[in-house]
Amino acid sequence: MARRGPDLRGATGDLTLQSVTKEFGSFTAVDELDLVVPRGGFFALLGPSGCGKTTTLRMVAGLEQPTSGRVFIGSTDLTGSRPYERPVNTVFQSYALFPHLDIAGNVAFGPRRRGVKDAAARATEALELVQMGHLADRKPGQLSGGQQQRVAVARALVNRPEVLLLDEPLGALDLKLRRQMQVELKRIQTEVGLTFIHVTHDQEEAMTMADTVAVMNAGRIEQMGPPAELYDLPRTAFVANFLGQSNLVRGTVAADDGDVVTVTTRAGQVVVPSARATARTGDVVMGVRPEKVRLEQASDTPNLNGDNMVGPGTVVDVSFSGVSTQYIVDVPGLGSWTVFAQNLGVDAVARRGDSVLLMWNPYHAFTLPGDEDLTAGVDPDVVEVLT
Amino acid sequence: MRSRRLAPYVLLIPGLAWLTIFFIIPLVQLGAVSLQSGFPGYPGYYYRDVNVGNYASALTEFGAHFGRSILYAGLATLFTFCLAYPLAYTMAFKAGRWRNVMLICVVAPFFTSFILRTIAWRQILADDSPIVRTLNALDILPGGHLTETWVAVVAGLTYNFLPFMVLPIYASLERADPRLIEAGGDLYANGFTTFRTVTVPLSMPGIIAGTLLTFIPAAGDYVNAELLGSDTSTKMVGNVIESQFFRVLGGFPVAAALSFTLMALILVMVVIYIRRFGTEELV
Amino acid sequence: MTATTTSDREIRRLGEPTRISTPTRAKRWLADHVVAIIAGFVLVYLFVPVAYTFVFSFNNYTKSNISWNPVGSPTLKHWENPCGAPGVCDALVTSIKVGAIATVIATVLGTMIAFALVRHRFRGRGATSALVFLPMATPEIVLGASLLTIFVQGFSKVGLQLGFWTIVIAHIMFCVSFVVVTVKARLQSLDPRLEEAAMDLYANPTATFLRVTFPLVLPGIVAAALLAFSLSFDDFIITNFVSGDSTTFPKFVYVSYLRGIPAQANVIGFSMFLIAVILVILGQVISSRRKS
Repeated sequence: MARRGPDLRGATGDLTLQSVTKEFGSFTAVDELDLVVPRGGFFALLGPSGCGKTTTLRMVAGLEQPTSGRVFIGSTDLTGSRPYERPVNTVFQSYALFPHLDIAGNVAFGPRRRGVKDAAARATEALELVQMGHLADRKPGQLSGGQQQRVAVARALVNRPEVLLLDEPLGALDLKLRRQMQVELKRIQTEVGLTFIHVTHDQEEAMTMADTVAVMNAGRIEQMGPPAELYDLPRTAFVANFLGQSNLVRGTVAADDGDVVTVTTRAGQVVVPSARATARTGDVVMGVRPEKVRLEQASDTPNLNGDNMVGPGTVVDVSFSGVSTQYIVDVPGLGSWTVFAQNLGVDAVARRGDSVLLMWNPYHAFTLPGDEDLTAGVDPDVVEVLT
Repeated sequence: MRSRRLAPYVLLIPGLAWLTIFFIIPLVQLGAVSLQSGFPGYPGYYYRDVNVGNYASALTEFGAHFGRSILYAGLATLFTFCLAYPLAYTMAFKAGRWRNVMLICVVAPFFTSFILRTIAWRQILADDSPIVRTLNALDILPGGHLTETWVAVVAGLTYNFLPFMVLPIYASLERADPRLIEAGGDLYANGFTTFRTVTVPLSMPGIIAGTLLTFIPAAGDYVNAELLGSDTSTKMVGNVIESQFFRVLGGFPVAAALSFTLMALILVMVVIYIRRFGTEELV
Repeated sequence: MTATTTSDREIRRLGEPTRISTPTRAKRWLADHVVAIIAGFVLVYLFVPVAYTFVFSFNNYTKSNISWNPVGSPTLKHWENPCGAPGVCDALVTSIKVGAIATVIATVLGTMIAFALVRHRFRGRGATSALVFLPMATPEIVLGASLLTIFVQGFSKVGLQLGFWTIVIAHIMFCVSFVVVTVKARLQSLDPRLEEAAMDLYANPTATFLRVTFPLVLPGIVAAALLAFSLSFDDFIITNFVSGDSTTFPKFVYVSYLRGIPAQANVIGFSMFLIAVILVILGQVISSRRKS
């Protein structure tokens, strides 16, 4: 079972997880996970705390072993091997820089353990890549959070691993620095061409940086694909609510003519293109994102142009946030819907108490299976009631 | 995998073996000695026996010494606490940059030999010293002298164990979040109430550790009583044990019985104390 | 709540019983600082015997160093000849030898136990912890007495007499517990992520230990060793019970008390204090330099 060094460390190819399960006693952290991460891309594993994403990462690194299932890089089976035998390196959430070594010593640690001849030169190179070369003889304790983070990246990168794992590396940074580092990491990944797997609970971060996003919930992958695809057409309520926000409403399919699905809701009938309907029969959940909905005063007679319309409803709350204004509208039969309106003018379109109509292009709507939990994926701290 | 399972035992065995051979077995031997009997007519020679009478005679003859040991140790612990807490409090909250200096000041005096320090006290509290002469002039001292009284013995014990009380309390207070104490004031508690209801409970682990580290050695001490006390009225159980071992021929069983009883007594008191005030992890 | 004006004399704090009249500035200052004042006195109190020892190391006494002899004092002759009194330096050397040997062995044994307790799972952890903790909870006199009985009635049969080596054995025994506690504390505060990072960076378990774990625990081990040495050097009660004819420095001082302690003992005692203080200050300076 114990294979030593080089044959494992030389593995190349796509990272494959085959039916990987991890149980801690009676708690299943990762449940029959199947995943293929293509070589050379920036992959994001996105999910809320406790969904198993960090556990999955640790199993790829070798810091945990799966209860069942296998981990492959290319055709080489890594299952059961120790972290130091794998061509995988990790950037830890807390950076885990060695406090007793200086920065250069930290970065050169991996190459030295592998017996690389010019370890110090490689380390300098890696530090230049993250623009930390000038701090090479400082100790980690003397660096700021952002600097430590870059060093941690350099320390992993210098080994040119097949797969680079990043465990919520930007979590401890303030907003501005985080944005900066997101761009940085993306640039570095493009430059070195290694496979990056980035674990995060920040959906904006995942969508900004990754080529492919996998949304994880309770040990399973809900949906995987390019960020735009996931955002535009979620296939489960969890993805609909976790990535951005969605207005969801229950209904029943009244008709399906091949092109369009008609759904009857308590607020009236709406249509959804069949191509965007994950569920096409029986009870379904119809969804549309807040920024795709526009609202107009009920007193005006709006020009529909084929749009769906519901209402009138009452504006319950108006929140101005610079770029846009968020309206919460109470529509009988729908409950509370959220509308994001881009602030094209100075004044708000509607005020609290106004009676408004909500409209959207059917091509922005989607349907989900009717047994979905409408509150799945909603931030529990946010007090919003969806029906 | 096999080597990993052996690893803890390989690490443990040398140290634990040492402790077993030189701590547990001696204690067992002590117990055995306490039950031995002397050969009549041949003082200093013993044979194995189950002579519980040793305990009976030890306790009846030296019961007062036990009482004095517990009393003096208790008083010393109390006084040490009263002196140590303000010091620890100041160091933790009011010292700022001087904290490390104060820490050194607490620990440093204890690098001079403990005997030297206690003897120094004897000279300082001697009959013809300025302190005693002043006190006598003010007619405060009942017997006219400080040495050879229980006061000197307790004072010596208090002095010698001060760092053992200061350091744990300081460590506890230092770890406490000062904002908790601020919160007390914010919630309308005045200085003393905040102290009583917030600060003291926060420092409880340190107080418990400190009182144990003071009381246990103090109860078994004999040096203070020997150097600062009188030959008649202030002897503690430690003095008796020492003299029974070294100066009384045939005194081994009695000394052993006294030692065992002392240990049992302390163990019982410590267990009750810990149960009462919380089972903090002391190690 | 009624609004209050905030002149110095009229500040009322909520909760303060209003029957206490507003204190004057001086009383208020005293109340605020009473704790610090007590602390100050205690600090001074701690140094009184040290000062006494220091002063009397300069005493030009004739028979015994008990009262100050104004004739010829202060004198440097004891400082110039610290080994002048018979037995002083022998005792000191014995103390140092015992301390060195006991420290090394106790540190090794104790560090091993600490690692086992923190890093490994095994049956009997509770019993092991109890066994390690028990010597610290036992009065020295009981430890000394029990060792005396076993040395005299047991080990003497295998040729071990009371003397230098019995002192060493006893010191190792009571120092191990303190080493375990100190190293364990340091080990527990070590971030386990660091060792994971090392393994992630191609270090096998041996390399991880040598390159990451050990260097980071070392300060704790050093602290434990220093603690062990201080405990050993200053030990009297246990030493007195098991030393037989050998003499360590504390025992020498105690025994010579009746005849009168030579001032050289004061010299040595105070020098130990000075050396220790210097070492501590040096340690602080080095560690604060490292941080900046």
